[in-house]
Amino acid sequence: MSQDNGPSPWTVLAAGLWRENPIFALVIGLCPTMAVTNTVTNALVMGVATLVVLVGSSTLVSALRKVTPGPVRITIYIIIIATFVSAVDWALAALLPAAHKQLGAFISLIVVNCIILGRAEAFAARNAVWPAVLDALGMSLGFTLAMLMISAPREILGSGTLLGHPLFGPRFEPWVIMVLPPGGFLTMATELAILAWWRQRLAARRAPAEAT
Amino acid sequence: MSGPEPTSAKLVGTLTLAGLLSGLVLVGVFQATKPLIAANRAAAMQAAVTRVVPGAVQAASYERVGDKVQPSKVEVGAASDKPMAYAGLDKDGRVLGFAIPAEGPGFMDTIRLLYGYVPGKGTVIGMEVLDSRETPGLGDKIIKDADFVGNFKQLDSKPEIVGKKKGTKSKPNEIDFITGATISSKAVVKILNGSTAQWAQPLTTAAPPAGGKP
Amino acid sequence: MDDLVWIFANASVINNFTLAYFLGLCPFFGVTNRIETAFRLGLANLFVLVITSLSATLLDRYVLVHAPYLQLISYIVVIAGTVQFVEMAIKKLSPALFRALGIFLPLITTNCAILGLALFQSSKGYGLVQGLVYATGAGAGLTLAMVIMAGLREEIELAPISKLLRGVALNFFVAGVLSLAFMGFAGLFAKG
Repeated sequence: MSQDNGPSPWTVLAAGLWRENPIFALVIGLCPTMAVTNTVTNALVMGVATLVVLVGSSTLVSALRKVTPGPVRITIYIIIIATFVSAVDWALAALLPAAHKQLGAFISLIVVNCIILGRAEAFAARNAVWPAVLDALGMSLGFTLAMLMISAPREILGSGTLLGHPLFGPRFEPWVIMVLPPGGFLTMATELAILAWWRQRLAARRAPAEAT
Repeated sequence: MSGPEPTSAKLVGTLTLAGLLSGLVLVGVFQATKPLIAANRAAAMQAAVTRVVPGAVQAASYERVGDKVQPSKVEVGAASDKPMAYAGLDKDGRVLGFAIPAEGPGFMDTIRLLYGYVPGKGTVIGMEVLDSRETPGLGDKIIKDADFVGNFKQLDSKPEIVGKKKGTKSKPNEIDFITGATISSKAVVKILNGSTAQWAQPLTTAAPPAGGKP
Repeated sequence: MDDLVWIFANASVINNFTLAYFLGLCPFFGVTNRIETAFRLGLANLFVLVITSLSATLLDRYVLVHAPYLQLISYIVVIAGTVQFVEMAIKKLSPALFRALGIFLPLITTNCAILGLALFQSSKGYGLVQGLVYATGAGAGLTLAMVIMAGLREEIELAPISKLLRGVALNFFVAGVLSLAFMGFAGLFAKG
C-alpha cells in the first residue's frame, strides 16, 4: 500500500469499513468495544471520540512523516495521540457531561487503543496526508459500525430500548445479562461465529467457480 | 525514516519541540474547557443538594476538620482532600439541612450517594444515589424504586437505621427493603449508618454560612 | 482495614479487570495458550501494576496538583519509562527473573489494564497504601483470569468442537462464561 500511485481512495476507505474492519477482521481495540457497548448512545459517542482522535492524529503523523526522526517516532506518535485524547476528553466533559460520566475513564483509554497507534505506524507514517485521512476515516467508521452492531442487540435485548426509547410493551422482561459484562463477550462471540460461517460459505461458493 | 542516522541532539530537539507544542495545545484546551467542566460539576451537585434537602434553593460547602465542621472555600461539587458536606439553603440563606456525600461497598461496586440530614434532630430527609453499577433491573431499584427512595423522606437515624422486609416497617427509624435487591438495600443502610455516625456530632458545631441567618 | 479488604476483593474478583472492565483483553486472548506462560505474564503484569500505582500516586501528589492537564501524557510517559527502566534493572540484577519475565515486559506497556489502573486509582482518590492494595488486587485478578482461561483452552484443544467455532469466537464464548461465573462474587462484602 506504500506505492505512490497506490489504491484508489474508495478502496482505502472501504478497507477499514469491512475487509480490514478493526474489530471483526483484525480483532484489535477490544477494551472500549466491549466496555461501552451496553447502550447504542455510548457506542456512538465512543465512535465519534475515536474518529476525532484517529483522524486528527493520522493527519498530523502523516504531515510530519518527513521530519520525524525514526528512532523516536513512536514517542512522538504517543505524544500526538495523548494530546488529542486529552482534548477530546475535556471537550466531552464540558459539552456533554452526561455522556462523559457514562464513559468515564474509557475516553482516556482511547490512548492505548491499538487501532490508533497501529494506523499511525502502519499507514499514516508511510502515506501522504490525503490517503492517511481516508484510511483513518475508514478505520474509525468501521470501528463505530462494529460497536453499533454489538451495542444494538445488547441494548435491545438487555434493556428493551433503542437509543433510550422503549421498544416493547411493559410486559417485556429485559435480558439483563446482555447489558452486563458477560453479555458483551457472548454477543461478540455470537457475531464472530456468524461471520466465520458467512466467510466459509463465501469461500465454498467461490472455490468451485475458480476450479472451472 | 531514511538517510543518515540522526544525531542525538536532533532527537532530543525534536522530542522537546513535540513536548512543548503538545503542552501548549493541552494548556489551551484545558483552560478553555475548565470553567465549563467546573460549572457542569457544580450545577449537578447543586441540583442534587436541592433534591435531597427539600425546599433548598442553593448549596454552600462545608468541610469536616477533626470533630468540627466549618464553611469551606472549596466550590460545591469540586474535589477536596477533606470530607465535605453541603448546606442546603432556602432563599433567605437559612440552613434547612445538610446534604452529605457518602460511599461504601454495594453489590457490584462502590455505591456513592448523597443524603439530606438535619443535625440535632438526626433525621434523614432525602437520599439520592449519585453513582453505582448495581445490576440493572434489580439492584438499581435503589435509584429508581419510588417506594424505596420514599423511605428516606422522614427517617430517624437514631440510634441507627434498620431495614425490614418489604411492608413490615413500623418505627420511625425503619425502612422497607426492596424485594429482589436486599443486598443493595442493605448496602445503602450500612453506608447511611456509617456516615451519620461520623457526621452527627461534628455537624452540630457548624456555623451558618457567611451572610446567612442561623 | 475493612476498606483495604474491600478494595482488594473488588479489584481482584468482584470487578475483575479483565472479565468485568474488559481491560487487558489483548494478553488475555493472545497469550493464554499455556498455563505456564499465562501465569508468568500475569506475574509480570502484577509487578508492573504495583510500580505504576506507586508512580501514579507520586505523580498525582507532586506534579499533577500543579499541572492537572498533564495527567494522561505523564501517566503514559511514566509507565513506558518505568517499564523500560525496570526491564534494564532486572536484566542487570537477576538474569533468571529476566528470562522468566523479560520478553513480556515491553508488551505490558501497551496493555490498557496498566493505564486503566492509574486512571481508576486517581479517580477513586486512593492514597498510597490503598493504591498499592488496588494494584495488587488487580494484578492478582488478571493472573487468575488468565490462568483459568489458559487451563480451559488447554482442555478445549482436545475437545471435538465444530471447526466453525474454533478460534476467536470460541475464546469469546469461554470468556463470556467465565465472566458470568465471576459475577457470582458480587455482593461478597455488602452483607451488613
